[in-house]
Amino acid sequence: MKRTTRQKLIRYAMYGVLVLVVAAFSFVADWDKIATSFFNVEIARDMFPEVLTTAARNTIVYTFLAFVLGLILALILALMKLSSIRLYRWLAIAYIELFRGLPALVTIIFVAFALPIAFDGFNVPGGILGQGSLGLGIVAGAYMAETIRAGILAVPKGQMEAARSLGMSWGTAMTYIILPQAFRIIIPPLTNELVLLIKDTSLFFVLGTTVASKELTKFGRDLMTAKFNGTPLTVVALVYLAITLPLTYLVSRLEKKTAAAR
Amino acid sequence: MTMQPDPTAPPIQLLDLHKSFGELEVLRGIDFKVEVGEVVCLIGPSGSGKSTLLRCVNKLEEPTAGRILIEGIDITDPETDVDAVRTRIGMVFQQFNLFPHLSVLRNLRIAQRKVLGRDTEEATRIASEMLTRVGLIDKMDEHPARLSGGQQQRVAIARALCMNPDMMLFDEPTSALDPELIGEVLDVMRELADDGMTMVVVTHEMAFAQQVADRVIFMDGGVIVEDGPPSQVLVNPIHERTKKFLRAIEVE
Repeated sequence: MKRTTRQKLIRYAMYGVLVLVVAAFSFVADWDKIATSFFNVEIARDMFPEVLTTAARNTIVYTFLAFVLGLILALILALMKLSSIRLYRWLAIAYIELFRGLPALVTIIFVAFALPIAFDGFNVPGGILGQGSLGLGIVAGAYMAETIRAGILAVPKGQMEAARSLGMSWGTAMTYIILPQAFRIIIPPLTNELVLLIKDTSLFFVLGTTVASKELTKFGRDLMTAKFNGTPLTVVALVYLAITLPLTYLVSRLEKKTAAAR
Repeated sequence: MTMQPDPTAPPIQLLDLHKSFGELEVLRGIDFKVEVGEVVCLIGPSGSGKSTLLRCVNKLEEPTAGRILIEGIDITDPETDVDAVRTRIGMVFQQFNLFPHLSVLRNLRIAQRKVLGRDTEEATRIASEMLTRVGLIDKMDEHPARLSGGQQQRVAIARALCMNPDMMLFDEPTSALDPELIGEVLDVMRELADDGMTMVVVTHEMAFAQQVADRVIFMDGGVIVEDGPPSQVLVNPIHERTKKFLRAIEVE
């Protein structure tokens, strides 16, 4: 058999397998059941506008707070890790390794439930917003610290030298010369981190949410149980994608742009 | 500790300066003095320590031993505010090192604002004056990436001048430039020299050294081998190593 003929036959066989699998699945599947339990239009319609005005809004607010908190922590940690003082470097490394090594859920439970037990009813203020976002922000800080550090190191050494030779202190040079350039470099990875955070706010379901403070996952799951139907989860999944897909698209655009600029 | 510079002291004085990078001893005892208004060119083969010497003068490199006196102030003394001394020493780098995220005007303004505390209006006025001086006032709002190498280096010189330095250090200012752009940078430096600026220039431009320098210093192996007027060091060198170096670059 000729080589090209053989390759053609393999190709046809691969298409054939695909067609068979799809045919078998559609034959076995109960389409009515799938439609009523995942794509029930009535149940889906009932979710609006709350799924957007409450649940999606909460998800975005929680994410934003955790991100800002994480960014501040990450900047401090990155500078500590670049410090000439060994103890600061060690502390930063310990923090980063600790919170990257733990499941985010453990940190969130620790902040929300272990602290009140340990400190006699002390609660991190702000309810779910405060406790959840603090827990998630602590974790995000560990991840973003490495990103920021890499960004700072990616700025050419001559920039700091030029700034210092103009009489700027280390702090002034860092603030006005190095960090603005570093953040420009790391916008794509930071946006990726933001997408991860959006998804991680689903962990807040453990915090026992009230009606007004439910984020998307808890909102969808509670409705699923109440209506005994999977449609709420489908809707929630679509809302998640509506938020995350534009962001991931933005990242790939930005990455292409930076790649072209180099 | 803030110490007032002594106007009668030499702008730059190095006393038995040593610098090692790990095992490698790059400077092995440099004694060196520059007088007010003097233009000194440092020449020598690569690895001879001339750039390291220049970078020690404003402490971009920490010397291993020895003393550095800038206008009479010992900047190797840990009590000295080096940042304050650096504002009086302009430095120009081989790679220009303009701040790429800032426009030309902001490049010239930022240290005036954040270090000298000048207000925006005054900083803009001085920046315009210096840009005019290097012939680039029309590029004020451009970003550095849109300028040619020669223009970038002229902006870098203007940026240093905005701090009203008492002296200027040039670290191979034309080595990263295309040949046709070298002239415009050397012209600006020549004007500076004519205006009486104290200058130390690490360079491979022998014609420039010949025409502009008051003194030429030949370095090799981390020591100063020969120090004298260009007519001596570049034309009738005393030392065999200087002769060999000059012959080698002539062949190029």
